[in-house]
Amino acid sequence: MSRRRSPEPFVWLLFSAGGTVTALLFPMLVFLFGIAFPLGWLSWPDHAHLLSVVQNPITKLILFGVCVLALFHWAHRFRYTLYDGLQLKRLSSAIIVLCYGGAVVGSVLAGLVLLGA
Amino acid sequence: MIETTGPYHRPISLFWWTRRRAYLVFVLRELSSVFVAWFVVYLLMLVSAISSGGDSYQRFQDWSGQVWVLALNIVSFLFILLHMVTWFGLAPKAMVVKLRARRVPPRAVLAGHYALCVLLSAIVAWLVLR
Repeated sequence: MSRRRSPEPFVWLLFSAGGTVTALLFPMLVFLFGIAFPLGWLSWPDHAHLLSVVQNPITKLILFGVCVLALFHWAHRFRYTLYDGLQLKRLSSAIIVLCYGGAVVGSVLAGLVLLGA
Repeated sequence: MIETTGPYHRPISLFWWTRRRAYLVFVLRELSSVFVAWFVVYLLMLVSAISSGGDSYQRFQDWSGQVWVLALNIVSFLFILLHMVTWFGLAPKAMVVKLRARRVPPRAVLAGHYALCVLLSAIVAWLVLR
């Protein structure tokens, strides 16, 4: 038995926080920006208004937190989807690199986009 | 050569999750994470377009109205609703909240999550639409 401490509780915590944050915020965000505005049910907000919202440091911080947690939520859940759904447990290390690595890369990109906004 | 080490695993069909409704819902619930990730990408593209100026914001609006993007977002919305319902449904089992040494009833924990969701959705809508 290995005595090395497992990172599992830490990634589970990120998964869990991400699951809560996305369940609370994503339904409205997807509805507005993904459906209601593109379909013309509501008119798109004007550019100046959204720019001021996005440039607010508090919005940036919240959006960054939401993106990072949502990405780690994906990474953790998708990892087990590949293990169980497609029975790819034998490719475990490649899947871990793909999932958590993807979440890390996505988090860095989110940081760059939000800092540059 | 036949491997003789390790325990025996009964082979399971790749389509095990089609056998029962509960299995199917489980797999769909797990797949919701893919649509969560997609929406993070979409949201970051939107933020990037807004910060690049009015023209790129307009281009994003046109692009978001394309049939495949719209279809993807409608499917994402359904998966995210499934995620929300299943996630909140598990919350009372995962959280045992105690108030003055009494356990808060699971129904109240569930209702609290939905109430918070409604409140945050209202704040988001107000912030975007005002």
